[in-house]
Amino acid sequence: MSLVKPAMRGLLGKRLRFHLPIAFALSLVAAAGFKYMVTEPRKQAYAEFYRNYDAAKEFNNMREAGIFESVRPSGE
Amino acid sequence: MLRLIAARGGRLLARPPGAALTPVCSRASSHGEGEASTAVDMSRPLYWNRLDTPLPDKPFKDVLNEEDTALKQKEKGPWGQLTKEEKIAIYRLAFQRTYPEMKQSTGEWKTVVGGIFIFLGLTGLVVIWQSYYVYPPQPRTFTEDWQARQLQRMLDMRVNPIEGFSAKWDYEKGQWK
Repeated sequence: MSLVKPAMRGLLGKRLRFHLPIAFALSLVAAAGFKYMVTEPRKQAYAEFYRNYDAAKEFNNMREAGIFESVRPSGE
Repeated sequence: MLRLIAARGGRLLARPPGAALTPVCSRASSHGEGEASTAVDMSRPLYWNRLDTPLPDKPFKDVLNEEDTALKQKEKGPWGQLTKEEKIAIYRLAFQRTYPEMKQSTGEWKTVVGGIFIFLGLTGLVVIWQSYYVYPPQPRTFTEDWQARQLQRMLDMRVNPIEGFSAKWDYEKGQWK
């Protein structure tokens, strides 16, 4: 019986030619996924928050809540 | 290279002498001999049943009676003349257990899992006893009232107001979003 001779060389090259494009593609997908599912929403959230942010008003609310030690609520 | 070390290491494991020891021990106990006289001589070639090192250093039965010797003689001739039973007998002379027999599941896992659960249970009892008799009183920060005031203070401080904690609180309505 004549069996076909198995591949003796180029095994790593064959594996790389198959797996490297997949690895690159998956990495790009992972990066794109992270960008559009994490960083973009985060940037939007920050932009939304600061669009109509009134620092003085927030400060006064915090002051009235009594969390500061240097400036007590206006009642005291 | 690792294969060679593993093959040599295979001889040193407890399994090969155990596999050969069991039949020897049972014969010895039926004769009433002591344990010491049936100790395995590790300086001589051993037999083992191992899936990963298939060819032991010696055949399983090396003291052959007459019919076994005759069989071995017949084995030296053309194998086509051996009957099926003879071929199996020759195999059994060289090997104690076949691969399917070696691969038989033992049900050992049930003992292991059962033992794990038993000890987890005992540990649980110990933990319960400990939490009642050993632990000091809880800090005052653990009480409901303190935790509620802690939450309120975090909201007052606007902890993580953009994406985190305070972002989920509706300050106009005074409730969670």
